[in-house]
Amino acid sequence: MSVSPHITSPYGAHRTVGAVESYPRFLWRSLGVATDGNWLFYGWMTLLTAIALVGANAWAVQVRDGMIVTNMSDHVSWGLYIANFTFGVGLAAGGVMMVIPAYLYDDEEMHELVIIGEAVAVAAILMSTLSVVVDLGRPDRFWHLIPGIGKFNWPMSMLTWDILVLNGYLAINLHIVGYLLYMRYLGRKPNPRWYVPFVFLSIIWAISIHTVTAFLYCGLGGRPFWNTALLAPRFLASAFVSGPAFILLVLRALRSTTNWEWSPRPAQTLIQIIRVAMAANLLMLFSELFTLFYTGSGHAAAARYLFFGSHGATGLVPWIWTAVTLNLVGTALFCMPHALERGSVRIAACIMCIIGIWIEKGMGLVVPGFIPSTLHEIVEYSPSPTEWKVTAGIWAFSMLVLTVLIKLIAAVHSRRLHSTAPHLP
Amino acid sequence: MSSGQPLPSLPILDQEPTGRRGFLKACGATLGLAAWATALKPLTEWAQDVSVEEFLQKHYRELKPDEKQAVFRRLEADCKQDHGVDVTISDPQAIPGVQFAYALNLSICIGCRKCAEACHIENNHDRATNNSYIRVFEMVMGGIDFEKGDATYDHPVPQPGKFYMPVQCQQCENPPCVTACPIEATWQEKDGIVVVDYNWCIGCRYCEAACPYHARRFNWEAPQIPAEEINPDQGYLSNRIRPQGVMEKCTFCLHRTREGKMPACLEACPTGARVFGNILDPHSEIRWVVENKRTFVLKEELGTKPRFYYFFDE
Repeated sequence: MSVSPHITSPYGAHRTVGAVESYPRFLWRSLGVATDGNWLFYGWMTLLTAIALVGANAWAVQVRDGMIVTNMSDHVSWGLYIANFTFGVGLAAGGVMMVIPAYLYDDEEMHELVIIGEAVAVAAILMSTLSVVVDLGRPDRFWHLIPGIGKFNWPMSMLTWDILVLNGYLAINLHIVGYLLYMRYLGRKPNPRWYVPFVFLSIIWAISIHTVTAFLYCGLGGRPFWNTALLAPRFLASAFVSGPAFILLVLRALRSTTNWEWSPRPAQTLIQIIRVAMAANLLMLFSELFTLFYTGSGHAAAARYLFFGSHGATGLVPWIWTAVTLNLVGTALFCMPHALERGSVRIAACIMCIIGIWIEKGMGLVVPGFIPSTLHEIVEYSPSPTEWKVTAGIWAFSMLVLTVLIKLIAAVHSRRLHSTAPHLP
Repeated sequence: MSSGQPLPSLPILDQEPTGRRGFLKACGATLGLAAWATALKPLTEWAQDVSVEEFLQKHYRELKPDEKQAVFRRLEADCKQDHGVDVTISDPQAIPGVQFAYALNLSICIGCRKCAEACHIENNHDRATNNSYIRVFEMVMGGIDFEKGDATYDHPVPQPGKFYMPVQCQQCENPPCVTACPIEATWQEKDGIVVVDYNWCIGCRYCEAACPYHARRFNWEAPQIPAEEINPDQGYLSNRIRPQGVMEKCTFCLHRTREGKMPACLEACPTGARVFGNILDPHSEIRWVVENKRTFVLKEELGTKPRFYYFFDE
């Protein structure tokens, strides 16, 4: 391959490379890698695409016919979509639990894998954003939210803060992942000036996305179940369980589909984090419940409904006890180092904690905020088939993106995908 | 995936002579695009109902007078087309020196729900859902405990041992819904009324979560009203027929009250339990009630400062 005249690449500030190895070309070749694989890969991608298509169709029908096709109502005006949004933000924030050991504590082995956490964050932010978009009654007016063009009620509305921090986090992580991959693709050492400041920014930013998301709820004085100062810390603690647990599963999948080898230590670090975070999460949950139930004030009405049912309405009782059981069993497994050495136990523990927190933060937090209503009416909610389809579609689409990202990372890491230009000194 | 394999071929535009995989990929991509287009087809059916003018319409408070007129005429034409009814869309402005307030005498309210019914008709609410901005609670004597209240009662009123409490938008001086809205689609007018620009709202329902009084409603589908029942006297910010997917709320019937009339709910009340007027006018009845009766507001502890007062006679 001939070398074209030297130009400055957008990402290589002080070096010159062949124009043929430009960033767009890297992306183009990445597309080639992303669409190549064995039958297992094609099967997985086809399955995800099929689910995403079902979700896309359900959403299109919802836009056409109105949100009447959901089971939400004026009493329970947010449901599965916002539940899934909240969980997704936590998943994204959880990725930081690889970044902190890698960069703040200079854990070399974690450093090798930290890009996986950043890829998970990108996919999780995508999931959160889509979950909000499908919750809009008028997605065609999306442009009203764009600062400068629409009318952005900043700094008053917490929702505008959330839009800013989520998009900021997405941009930061896309930059870090893109830059590190590109440098590795070129076979060059990344210039710390181009990514380390962003890594540290991403640590603060990860905390901010979940704090702001908690403020969305706890800032509302009319909803006593949400109106608690413990909400943001609880969100963070549970995010530091679901995030690392999800990353453990991704690492597992990566190891069994590629020959990328690494030491068991990064996984051990993540497990340690899960243990501590889950203990903190459960302690705060217990503290919250004690305050509600022991004082027995009217504020306990939603918690009573959630855990025990109220006036014969028990819609959320099975949900929350499933979550409590999964969280407790999952945590117990994480605290048994010998059992955890078995892959199946580790996978089970991760899945239990992920589902437990998905319920605790979603159906167990968003929905009881509306039951009883602000005027103490009890109108129940359970998601409609449309809501399940759309949510499954969003998950599938996000997993599709994550699969592609992870595949690229693996290909660049194994040097299967690398620059073909002659190496310049 | 083993590192010994050759480089993957480029997608679609395969440069290698053996382009079988590239060909398959091209087929897959085509099939995929077709599948996405089919899945999203309902969107195109829906988009036919949204005109370019509607899509690009600016926020109410940024419309110039002539632009406003164009919008109102367009909405009137849309109503003619969709419902076959000639309506007039007006836009009465807040009157300087006027702050509206409402008071409700709980001693004489009998829970007949005439107010809710009048609201339903006046404000062009969806017929099937029997929507109204007013919910009337049957409360148990001996306290003001909504937990013992019931808004779905279906029996003759008044019942012994019960009193009745209609609740609608409190037009808070410090409205949490306005703070919550991410795009300023809802705001407080100079006369204290909180309004929604139905053509700007994106339907995120954060205001509905923020309201402590269950005063806001969402249009889960396009409202359906028989043509002969449509109220043709419509205000842009109040009772015009709302589009699908946006929030709505009580506006103290601003298309009436800013023209010197009383709200529909007050006119319909058979017992005279409702008192409405300009709180800044020292001679108004509402001012007299607030100054002389033992009034209270709902959820005072939240600091929302409602302009809706409740009181008892004795």
